Amino acid sequence: MKTEITHHLTPQLLMAYSAGTLPEAFDLIVASHLSLCDACRAEAESYDAVGGALMEGETSEMSAGSLEATLRMIREGGAAEADAPCAAAPPATAELPRPIRDYIGGDLADVRWQGMGMGVRQAILPVDGPATARLLHIPAGAEVPDHGHKGTELTLVLKGAFRDEDGRFGPGDVEVADEAVEHTPVAEAGEDCICLAVTDAPLRFAGLMPRLAQPFLKI
Amino acid sequence: MLSNVDWLDEKAAWPVAPPDPPPGAGTVAFLGDAALARMSDTNRSGTEGAATGAGDAAEPNAAARAAPEWVEHVTRIRDARDEAAFAELFAHFAPRVKAFLIRSGADGALAEECAQEVMATLWQKAHLFDPARASVSTWVFTIARNRRIDALRRQRRPEPEDLPWGPEAEPQQEDMLALQQDSERLAEALRALPEKQRHLIERAYFGELSHGEIAAETGLPLGTIKSRIRLALDRLRHALK
Ligand SMILES: [Zn+2]
Repeated sequence: MKTEITHHLTPQLLMAYSAGTLPEAFDLIVASHLSLCDACRAEAESYDAVGGALMEGETSEMSAGSLEATLRMIREGGAAEADAPCAAAPPATAELPRPIRDYIGGDLADVRWQGMGMGVRQAILPVDGPATARLLHIPAGAEVPDHGHKGTELTLVLKGAFRDEDGRFGPGDVEVADEAVEHTPVAEAGEDCICLAVTDAPLRFAGLMPRLAQPFLKI
Repeated sequence: MLSNVDWLDEKAAWPVAPPDPPPGAGTVAFLGDAALARMSDTNRSGTEGAATGAGDAAEPNAAARAAPEWVEHVTRIRDARDEAAFAELFAHFAPRVKAFLIRSGADGALAEECAQEVMATLWQKAHLFDPARASVSTWVFTIARNRRIDALRRQRRPEPEDLPWGPEAEPQQEDMLALQQDSERLAEALRALPEKQRHLIERAYFGELSHGEIAAETGLPLGTIKSRIRLALDRLRHALK
């Protein structure tokens, strides 16, 4: 938490993350922001408390012998993977939050970027479900591509910064944009900007160069 | 107190501003020490009509524990692998986890199997439970939720970077107690909400609303819990340095 975070997640997203009802890509960006932002983490955990209170309200009878079966499972070491103590401690040198490192299988240096033209690079992360997640590498001073979006798009800054009509977004800041938002983010001069972007709309930059060129020409 | 109109307007635009009202703002009043009264309360089962059975009927005492006592039970499992403590936790929480999973769309057999796995996970992860940040109910809910995502939706659940806590960060007894009592008050406040509002919260947690349809204002006293969790996080961050 090197810099002050000024753009946070919405209460709706934090509650949905706590309820466990978001697409995987959205879970990923929420978990990444929470890794960097204790204000939102405390809020998300307070929504967990709502879930706990809700769960108190209803019961459904367990079958006969279920306690004994569970104790047997425990003695046989089933159910949960054993936790290696201290495995959780982040390497002091990590550049990316752990949720993203888990999807890369490494850190920033291990990202397999694909060129998108005009110096912009992307790496699509392997998430399941209806929403997609990708890392974007925007050269300092360049425009962030593809920001006339359908659906909801969340963008979390990991390195560098961008600016648009809503202000400056630095490391840890997240921009929540729905269809109504029209904006043209530009990476700040001086440092390349690396972001995690997730969207529940179809990904338009699916891979082939001829198709890639089109959105750029519109800019 | 709060407007029902906000609740009914499911298409309300998302606020882009940081969701950070001052602690206590927009909350309902605390209901006194209802939490303590709960310790002797016998009418807690069946607060919801949809209950499919009185799961803890065989263990009348198990249902009457207050939140701080559940913390002791988890500690006894962590420190002494205490099966009697586990049996009491099981009698109270397993039927609740099962009901939660059924409400979320699992059939009875799957819910039963997952509830057992959730309770086994509670045993295995007892050393990770942090009573300065969660009640046992809250913690069991997060395990059950993750199990649901895995079993019903078959997707991964990215979690925030862990903040490991060691001896230096051992929570203060009174902070822990305060958080536990806040959690009980939250449960009371949830029960006291008008039916319509509670129903909207249930729909959000049982997966019947998209994030765009969720109402921001719950009408619940979350401000104090949030600030207490924040303090506990600050302490962990400090201990990590
Ligand atoms: Zn935040």
